[in-house]
Amino acid sequence: MQEFAASLALAAHLVSAGDARLAGIVSLSLGVSLGATLLACALGMPLGAWLAIGRFPGRHTLIVAFNALMGLPSVVAGLFLYLLLSRAGPLGGLGLLFTPTAIVIAQTFLIAPLIVALTRQLIEDAWQEYREQLRSLGARRTRAVATLLWDGRFSLSIVGLAGFGRAIAEVGAVMIVGGNIDGVTRVMTTTIALETSKGDLPLALALSLILIALVMGVNLFAALLRAWAARRWG
Amino acid sequence: MTMSGWLRLEALGLNENGARLLNPVNLTLTAGRTAILGANGAGKSTLLRLLHGLLRPSEGRLIWPTPLSQGMVFQRPAMLRATVLANVEYGLKIRGVESAERRRRAAAALAQVGLGDFAKRPARRLSGGEQQHVALARVWALEPQVLFLDEPTASLDPASSREVERIIGDIAAAGARIVMSSHNLGQARRLAEEVIFIDHGAVLEQTPAAEFFKQPGSEAARRFLRDEMP
Ligand SMILES: Nc1ncnc2c1ncn2[C@@H]1O[C@H](COP(=O)(O)OP(=O)(O)OP(=O)(O)O)[C@@H](O)[C@H]1O
Ligand SMILES: [Mg+2]
Repeated sequence: MQEFAASLALAAHLVSAGDARLAGIVSLSLGVSLGATLLACALGMPLGAWLAIGRFPGRHTLIVAFNALMGLPSVVAGLFLYLLLSRAGPLGGLGLLFTPTAIVIAQTFLIAPLIVALTRQLIEDAWQEYREQLRSLGARRTRAVATLLWDGRFSLSIVGLAGFGRAIAEVGAVMIVGGNIDGVTRVMTTTIALETSKGDLPLALALSLILIALVMGVNLFAALLRAWAARRWG
Repeated sequence: MTMSGWLRLEALGLNENGARLLNPVNLTLTAGRTAILGANGAGKSTLLRLLHGLLRPSEGRLIWPTPLSQGMVFQRPAMLRATVLANVEYGLKIRGVESAERRRRAAAALAQVGLGDFAKRPARRLSGGEQQHVALARVWALEPQVLFLDEPTASLDPASSREVERIIGDIAAAGARIVMSSHNLGQARRLAEEVIFIDHGAVLEQTPAAEFFKQPGSEAARRFLRDEMP
């Protein structure tokens, strides 16, 4: 107990002193997860919108497949990407394994299904509500989709925030494809796992505090945005 | 030209998932103001959607002797998450109307429905009645030659209903042909020249309004008038 209190005090000191190593890990985490979120939104939102209003054979199968991908265990995704990116793998020539880019790819892969599914649900409901109205006003399909995306801008931002929250908390796949190399691919979650197993509690605790604050901050921001949008626009 | 009507339905019918939503019907619309009457679930909204081209008929066809621009006010109008003005401008924007002209026409349409002061308000935060007025302004700004209205006063209080009727009258006076569903008989009496009565997906009669209210041609319409007369 005493040891825990001491570690906590040290952790607080690390945070307040702006420890360089800590700052490096946090900023790498933020950068990588932000990149993954943007990439996953850029790919997942159009795909989700297309699944919502497209009418083509296999649509239902695709929807089920994306829903299933949401439940994919992180380490399994990590292993799959490892095989793809490792030197002997089909994408091995790119030399991405154990780089921050590999982490971005892993996080993108893990959160994209969530973004696809949430976007699809959102756009499907909006389509139900607006389809005839927009068509009556003269909007063709592409215009109508653009209108729906704009109309759903707040809900879609919240989808993005949910994706970010999940990306920054990812550990299994990130550990496997990033390799947890000090100063290169060590992000908050993987450092916490490593330092805890080494018994270096202050750093692990300091990172945990920051991670909790970040995730809670993101959720709080999402809730505030939702409330504000509902109050402002209905 | 007027004798042949501005819209003809030839054996127009609709089935959906094996259910018969509209029995095949031949109709010629010649009147400037037509009311579609019938009980809940009779098929009024369905018929309006077919006429407006939102539903594809499963048999027969619609013939527009001269193509006319159309607009529709829905039973529950959908408002975008934007200002009232932006909602009214939307249709004009799609038609490529340049922005200053767009703003001017949208503002004029809002003034005509008495919502001149509402331009900057978020449209979805308005009351149902106010949204119905925005929907009227939105369609009026497009100056349609034919306006379909689906129970435009269904959820409005008597004062707003009168106001909406006044607006519909103005739109008709500006030259638009009006086709309006309603189960408010007083309203149909005030606004319509002609009544189309529909029951369980079957168009039972198309009768001049004065005659319909005095002596409807079908038993179902007689019952409808008896039941709903206040
Ligand atoms: N896509 C559909 N599939 C099956 N049935 C439908 C479909 N759309 C409408 N219906 C049915 O068709 C009938 C006519 O519906 P419609 O909405 O046209 O009635 P309405 O006369 O407008 O009624 P209300 O006065 O309540 O608005 C209803 O029984 C409705 O449940
Ligand atoms: Mg209806």
